[in-house]
Amino acid sequence: MELYKQPAHTLHDMLVKREITSTELTRAFLNRIEQTDADIHSYITTTAEKALNMAKSADEKISSGESVSFLTGLPGAIKDNICTLGVKTTCASKMLENFIPPYNAAVMEKINHMDAVILGKTNMDEFAMGGSTENSAFFPTHNPYDTDCVPGGSSGGSAAAVAGGLAAWAIGSDTGGSIRQPASFCGIVGLKPTYGRVSRYGLVAYASSLDQVGPLTRDVTDCANILNVIAGYDSMDSTSINEPVPDYTKALIKDVRGLKIGLPAEYFVDGMDEEVIRAIHAAVADFKAMGAQVVEISLPYTKYAIAAYYLVASAEAATNLSRYDGVSYGSRVSGEDIVAMMTNTRTEKFGNEVKRRIMIGNYALSAGYYDAYYLKALKLRTLVKEDYDKAFEKVDVILAPTAPTPAFKIGSIINDPLQMYLQDACTVPLNLAGLPGISLPCGFSKAGLPIGMQIIGKPLAEETIIKTAFTYEQSKDFHKMFAGVIE
Amino acid sequence: MKITKQTVENVAMLSRLNIADNKMDKYIEEFSNFLEYVDVLQQVNTENIKPTAHVLPLQNVFREDIVKSSLSREAALANAPEQEDGYFKVPRIIE
Repeated sequence: MELYKQPAHTLHDMLVKREITSTELTRAFLNRIEQTDADIHSYITTTAEKALNMAKSADEKISSGESVSFLTGLPGAIKDNICTLGVKTTCASKMLENFIPPYNAAVMEKINHMDAVILGKTNMDEFAMGGSTENSAFFPTHNPYDTDCVPGGSSGGSAAAVAGGLAAWAIGSDTGGSIRQPASFCGIVGLKPTYGRVSRYGLVAYASSLDQVGPLTRDVTDCANILNVIAGYDSMDSTSINEPVPDYTKALIKDVRGLKIGLPAEYFVDGMDEEVIRAIHAAVADFKAMGAQVVEISLPYTKYAIAAYYLVASAEAATNLSRYDGVSYGSRVSGEDIVAMMTNTRTEKFGNEVKRRIMIGNYALSAGYYDAYYLKALKLRTLVKEDYDKAFEKVDVILAPTAPTPAFKIGSIINDPLQMYLQDACTVPLNLAGLPGISLPCGFSKAGLPIGMQIIGKPLAEETIIKTAFTYEQSKDFHKMFAGVIE
Repeated sequence: MKITKQTVENVAMLSRLNIADNKMDKYIEEFSNFLEYVDVLQQVNTENIKPTAHVLPLQNVFREDIVKSSLSREAALANAPEQEDGYFKVPRIIE
């Protein structure tokens, strides 16, 4: 049995039963990385030596009979915009190419506390801006299902690592779909928690009112287990929700009888791939067969979500990224005076998409345009949120495609920014409203590429969407597949 | 909405970015396309709609003013592009 092909919970069971050691497991993943990451490019930084040290300490805990957590000794990967003490955190940007954080993100503290093994930091679109991981300043990541295709983004490295067996689990971040869309493209499970459920402390800020950290995993069971580790209040994040965290594994129940599922017509956008539509409709039929009630709903302001999102996100990005001034950390390019130094630094060290969003954001925030663009976008955000509020008076969850198409070819739309933005039609509305969403595989295209569906819940209803996703997953074989082959 | 070279230059200045001359046309085109796309928002009457800057009903979050440990000066300076005598060093600002 190849260890790297197993979901994390299977590996956890084997560790606990002492059928394998964490050191063996970590070596298996490091070998896999060595053999395949030249083709996938999922990691920016690997930390083999640290990983083996962590594995050794996990093995000592396990063999001493101490109580072990789900993550004890389990090798995983962290998106490179999450601060890791003493380990380079680049955001896939030349601006932070040599940045070594002097502290851990809150999620890293929690993960380290569980004695997990960290294999390295994963590739992404620069500062999480993009949906294909082609905007990495270093190299694009390739989809393990078809290396000519993108893995999605911006958490493309994390998704490809999990899908390709280069990590047993991974952490990503989602501002407009950056966990769910790559999960969909790579045939795995990705969950964006309710805004405020997971601390953003130490997540390098892109758009602070939209960013959330979440898990990317091989199946829903792994997803629930990792969410248990990372969720919870943190006084270091002033937007953290101070509510008790349930045990999400208690929601791993196969039961959708009586569940009311809303199907929003507006999510089947123009240009949506026929195979995606068929896969979602097949899932709807499956849910009905399992006893759920499916009702058509309308979320009429959905069509304005992309425009509102790109204005809000860019405005917040322009503000957040003003900190990269070449003074206290990050790169510096010299100039004749301080303004020239800052301008040269930012011009040389930011990539095109980052510059584009900073410029859009500053334009939308500037005098004379603020009301027409930024304020207008915030009002549309209210309307998008109210759409959901009304829908959730009638339904328990909302079912929709995660992305309009399966993974596309590397290079195919990178030169058309607007076309790239339209890819986010089904994912950005949740971020605007702060809602939780999970993407899980629900089929394959004729070309053999995974198709994902998204289950959207009310605020803090992670248990409901996990239960819904788990019920579907267990009725199918997609979670047993490894890069398209049933194992 | 048509964007002029002057607008792009002004936004670039506000953003502390230089746009190379040979990239200016592309910037103008992309900027115009984007603004044309987001003009869709103007179709919606939002007269009595309150803006949502944030989804959580949060006001100011306060804590007790207690001294806690913080980064050492050494750690805080470790990533500085340039430092001197325990300070961040920048090009001369005052003549």
